[in-house]
Amino acid sequence: MNELTNTMDEYKGKSLSWSVADGVIELALDRAPANEIGLAMLEDLERFITMLPALELKASALIIYSKQKAGFSAGADLRELYAQAQKMEMASAVKGVRDFLNRIHAVMNRLDTSPLTTIAAVHGVCFGGGFELALACDLIVADKMARFCFPELRLGIIPCFGGIPRLKRDIGNAVVRDLLLTGRSINATKALAVGLASQVAAEGEALRVARSTAAQTTKFDRTTAAAAKEFIKPLPAEELRREIELFCELFTRPAVMEALLKFVESTDAMPYLP
Amino acid sequence: MNVIVKTIEQTTEEILTLAATHFKVPRAGLQASDDFYKKLGIDSLQALELLTRLENHFGVELPDYEVQGVSDFSTLASRIQARL
Repeated sequence: MNELTNTMDEYKGKSLSWSVADGVIELALDRAPANEIGLAMLEDLERFITMLPALELKASALIIYSKQKAGFSAGADLRELYAQAQKMEMASAVKGVRDFLNRIHAVMNRLDTSPLTTIAAVHGVCFGGGFELALACDLIVADKMARFCFPELRLGIIPCFGGIPRLKRDIGNAVVRDLLLTGRSINATKALAVGLASQVAAEGEALRVARSTAAQTTKFDRTTAAAAKEFIKPLPAEELRREIELFCELFTRPAVMEALLKFVESTDAMPYLP
Repeated sequence: MNVIVKTIEQTTEEILTLAATHFKVPRAGLQASDDFYKKLGIDSLQALELLTRLENHFGVELPDYEVQGVSDFSTLASRIQARL
């Protein structure tokens, strides 16, 4: 399918695709190698968000999953971030970062508050910004090989796509601090135990389980389901705004560029891993 | 209640068997002292998969920082043994 055959109900972009069937929207992330979230992914996500009000009229649930073998998403595209930052003075770089963050936050916040029941079907790596995308969803269905991590402190930065406020909203502060301050990754069993994931699926079965869950939601009155969601899932708007400010402050430190350079120069297939 | 504790030899054997099965190499070709990155030809993503499989198999948590720098099965076994 090319751009010309894209319709509201079916779309294929550079880094993702979506389709609607039987009251369920499926948004498939598909950018090699691991769905890094850079400008291309942001633009496709913005396109999806633009279409979402119309899509919401014909669906009860939204499933976000990945077609990439490596996992759900490895997070922000740090190579792109470093390359962009190198092209300009720090003041301009911070302005560019702030613009990107405002745009990605708008996407995440719209997903977070969608009246649909939203489900992240997660397999493999679910790191940084990818983890933050999953956290914007109402439910996380985790493949037993899924791995969740906030590695940002290793780079001298903090999660910046809304991760900390959303994690704080959902689970205990002790676990939030553990994940954030140690940068360690946790598996699906642990994610389920701490209340991060709502279901664990066998290897390769997360999407099937997510589809089964989504089908269940289509049985309910949408107005009631949306009201229930709004009641129990408030947007931590003030903390989300503060997160952007804190990230921009930290981003100006020389240690961040040094860490990003080290990351960019790494020949490891997955240098953001511990 | 009787608690059955695995010996380090049992733990090591289970790791070697699991690694051989997952990465489709002959079990007999793997030794406890082997560098698993070199022997299995795996990158850090595959190492992370191995870590997850080991956690699932043994029912333990292995924080990344405890296995950071570990590249041989024997040391990996001792890290797991410490959490059984």
